[in-house]
Amino acid sequence: MSNPRTFQIQEISAHPGPVPGQGTRREDAVCKYIDVTTCIGCKACEVACVEWNDHPFRETTFNDTYQTMPTTEWNYYNLIKFVEDERDGNLMWLLRKDQCMHCEDPGCLRACPADGAIIKYENGIVDFQQDNCIGCGYCISGCPFDIPKFHPKTNKVYKCTMCSDRVGEGLEPACIKACPTGCLKFGTKSDMVQIAGLRARQLREESGFKDAGVYDPPSIKGTHVIYVLHDIKQPERYGLPANPIIPPSYTYWKWLAKPIGLWMGLLGVGAVFFHRVFYGAKLPQPEEGEIRTGPSEEIEAARKEKR
Amino acid sequence: MTAPARRFDETARGRFARVGTTRVHRGELLRHPVYTRFLHWSVAIFFILALLTGFAIYTPWLYRWITPLFGGGPRTRLLHPWFGLIFEVFFFLQFLNWLTPMAWTAADRRWLKKLRGYATNEERLESEDVGFFNGGQKIYFWLIVLSALLFLITGILMWFDHVAGRWLVVVSYVVHDLAALLMFAGFVVHVYEGTAHQPGTFGSMINGTVTDRWAWTHHPAWYRVVTGRDPRQAYEHEKRRQLERERAIDDWESKQTPPDAL
Repeated sequence: MSNPRTFQIQEISAHPGPVPGQGTRREDAVCKYIDVTTCIGCKACEVACVEWNDHPFRETTFNDTYQTMPTTEWNYYNLIKFVEDERDGNLMWLLRKDQCMHCEDPGCLRACPADGAIIKYENGIVDFQQDNCIGCGYCISGCPFDIPKFHPKTNKVYKCTMCSDRVGEGLEPACIKACPTGCLKFGTKSDMVQIAGLRARQLREESGFKDAGVYDPPSIKGTHVIYVLHDIKQPERYGLPANPIIPPSYTYWKWLAKPIGLWMGLLGVGAVFFHRVFYGAKLPQPEEGEIRTGPSEEIEAARKEKR
Repeated sequence: MTAPARRFDETARGRFARVGTTRVHRGELLRHPVYTRFLHWSVAIFFILALLTGFAIYTPWLYRWITPLFGGGPRTRLLHPWFGLIFEVFFFLQFLNWLTPMAWTAADRRWLKKLRGYATNEERLESEDVGFFNGGQKIYFWLIVLSALLFLITGILMWFDHVAGRWLVVVSYVVHDLAALLMFAGFVVHVYEGTAHQPGTFGSMINGTVTDRWAWTHHPAWYRVVTGRDPRQAYEHEKRRQLERERAIDDWESKQTPPDAL
């Protein structure tokens, strides 16, 4: 991806006044905006994703809902979740587009032990590099949203790439392009957050959804996929964790305790070596030809007497 | 130990003794028969292989150095649980083989109290109640038993993570690491004790024999059981023998003309 900043002008000779555009910065971070209140569940986004990524079409599963299958898969990155939510005797049909949230602090990346298997770009997209993946599955337990999925034959893990190949060419992801209602948008993070805030306010003031809000959880430092929800106070109703976190195993343990443990082990090896140098070996007794040992006999005798 | 387990262990010991050989010379005692030696080295090899492949996954700083040894990242990850499983099988057989001599006794509690003196080589001879295995060896054995169980449980949970679920995997991740660090520490001490710190010990696991001097020095109670002799008396006898030999040599030396000075 080209960096436009390299050709931003820094100084101009004999130019009265400041350099035009100085101090301005193109915002790198991108974001997907999903308004669940206007989703009609048409699944154009599901189809677009499968087509763009050239995956073979999967068998669907009928579970008494319109949902295509129970969960995302190695070749089905993007799934509309259909939730029949009952509340105060009323039924609400919640439709939420489920895919990788491209977290700012990605649990998958923190958990991964393989060099280069998961990378995060400056624009916030978290991408799997299957060539470097060793198939351990730690990313699956690191993800708070249960997104990465195994390919049963190659033992590699797959998830939504936010069409990093399209974004790299200045295009929007395939799902965004396919959406017919405009409930999916794509742009810079600050733009999408602003639009989401306006839409949430509209829902609260004009549509009677008093608890409408934007899902952009700070517990993982925000995400590059944000939702406008009817009810921000109970994201669990949509199948979203209220407080998504990375398990401490992949943060404190991995980056703090593990190196300490390793160093202790290495120092232990050194200590053992020096123990031998200091204290000598436990030879079978009696030792042949031994003349003197340790401190002089007088000091040794005095030590024995004290004991 | 249950009767079938004992029978299996004894049968195995008999079979291996017929296939392999242990040559015991004068002044030596049989310490580890063929079956024991086979099990020990099988456990050691697969433990080290599991440890190495595990270390590659344990920390990014070792990943790029160790994975080439095993043929790349995916193969290292593939091999690790299999090495671990084979280690578990061999260690289970070793557990049956050594269950009896590893039973904890009052003598071992006393040995532990004197651990500091053991580490600083204060006394040359172990106390007379130290049997086939001393307290430290037994502690290491039982720590391996505990760690092997932890490895097995957490290892299987992580191997079948799709069944175990997120939180079991996350906890197993830490417990498996803790067991590994504990085992690594024990391993370093164990290798030290078996090689540089106690000469004659490595030979016991390669050839199966030890000198009687080694025996009355390090495991006097076992020496008494095997030979019927008192270890301290045998030691004193040997000391006097050595003194006599040196005196005889000095005597002979004094009767010789010294070699010409250059």
